[in-house]
Amino acid sequence: MKNSPRYSILAASMVTLVAAMPLAHADGDYRAKALAMIKQDFVGRGQATADRVNADGLQTICNRTGNKPPEGIAKRLEADQLAAVKLPADGKLLGDWKSGEQIAQSGRGFTWSDAPGLAVGGNCYNCHQIAPKETSFGTVGPSLYQFGKLRGNTAETQRYVYRKIYNAKAYNLCSAMPRFGHVGALTEKQIKDLVALLMDPNSPVNQ
Amino acid sequence: MIHRIAVAVVLALVIQPAGAQDKPAAVKKGAKPPAAAPAEPKDAATLEFEKFRTQMEQEGNPAELHEMRGEELWKAKRGAKGISLAASCDLGLGVGVVKGAYVQMPRYFADAGKVMDAERRIVWCMVEKQGFKFDDLAKRPFASGDYTPEQTALVTYVAAQSTNMKIAVPLKDPHVKEVYEIGKEVVTYRAGPYDFSCNTCHGEDGKRIRMQNLPNLSTPQGALTAVLGWPGYRMTGSVMLTHQWRMNDCFRQQRFPQPKYASDTVTALLTYMTANANGHMYKGLGIKR
Repeated sequence: MKNSPRYSILAASMVTLVAAMPLAHADGDYRAKALAMIKQDFVGRGQATADRVNADGLQTICNRTGNKPPEGIAKRLEADQLAAVKLPADGKLLGDWKSGEQIAQSGRGFTWSDAPGLAVGGNCYNCHQIAPKETSFGTVGPSLYQFGKLRGNTAETQRYVYRKIYNAKAYNLCSAMPRFGHVGALTEKQIKDLVALLMDPNSPVNQ
Repeated sequence: MIHRIAVAVVLALVIQPAGAQDKPAAVKKGAKPPAAAPAEPKDAATLEFEKFRTQMEQEGNPAELHEMRGEELWKAKRGAKGISLAASCDLGLGVGVVKGAYVQMPRYFADAGKVMDAERRIVWCMVEKQGFKFDDLAKRPFASGDYTPEQTALVTYVAAQSTNMKIAVPLKDPHVKEVYEIGKEVVTYRAGPYDFSCNTCHGEDGKRIRMQNLPNLSTPQGALTAVLGWPGYRMTGSVMLTHQWRMNDCFRQQRFPQPKYASDTVTALLTYMTANANGHMYKGLGIKR
């Protein structure tokens, strides 16, 4: 067997195949390589620990499906996220819109340069138009100007807004918006104040 | 602009939450579409910055001081081996050749067995050719306060020698193509407490964070926007910063842990976005806000 001509031909063709392989990768292989690279290349700093690069179940599904999960899976997982939302025990959802405005302005929190334990901001204006006075607003998310005025300040809508801020993925599994309550970024009081910013008839958002 | 806001308001009206268990009240019947909220295309700070930048461009970009220091460092015999980079470092076009090298990186370097961007390659040369220790270079790799790392000055010098040349990452090289494809996957990867990937902000056209426009890295124009101006002199903090620094700070804002200095992941990102800008003109050292 050893050194037979047939074996040599086989070996030669194998070498050719292996040499050609980098060009023949499917997307999945690149994804696996990217993941392996990311896992080896990050180190913890400050509160941003190294394990943050590990995707959780929801993130994994969004990553694997290009943020377009099959509808059945999306509906089931959205229901799971929704079921885990903790509504305030006192049943009151409308906080202080003035405080909500400050929270909406702040983009602090969770980076390796933020002091752990300090109050986290809502990052809202980074992506949304909200109160008309603030003209420096982002456009990654839809405008929320006149949110309450357009929808009506009902208990049902307040509940929706609270839940949406607590966990945006309960309504849109691969939404770009963070899960502020779910991950413990915003407190119950902070979310109530943000609900007030959007819903309170006296909030500048609804003037 | 007013038109754009009107569109955004209409979108906000159209978008309804999907949860059947939690259906909110519909938009009130008969409610008139709201007047567009006042908004300026550029805020006062942006206009002020642009005025200042024009002035600085006329009077000389402070980045040029770092370029001069970089040139001295490139030509000086240094390190444990007492050799200059000019006499030992191949940036892809031959030992010591700097003209046009920056716009043709990242590229594959057979001696290192790696695809490397300019900064990574310079650091590799400092370690392998001059005898500097990688850990020393990685200890404080980016400028802050009055401190500018030597490798930053070197990158600044090398980049300036590609001013007004076409970006030409050698994508035909299968090694480079592989790293490019990996970079394309890295930008989609969501993780961390806020579920952010690069693409959460940089995957679509016409988006902003606050007033800051977000280049879409998958398009030639967006990628070009992300590549131009690096390395650049940043007025906030008066520091000279490299494209490697920009990637590092993006991951900070993404709420990720820190990428190791001169890592494969950062090279993959730089390969992806720079190659997407292939064929466009690199305009040289930048001035950043």
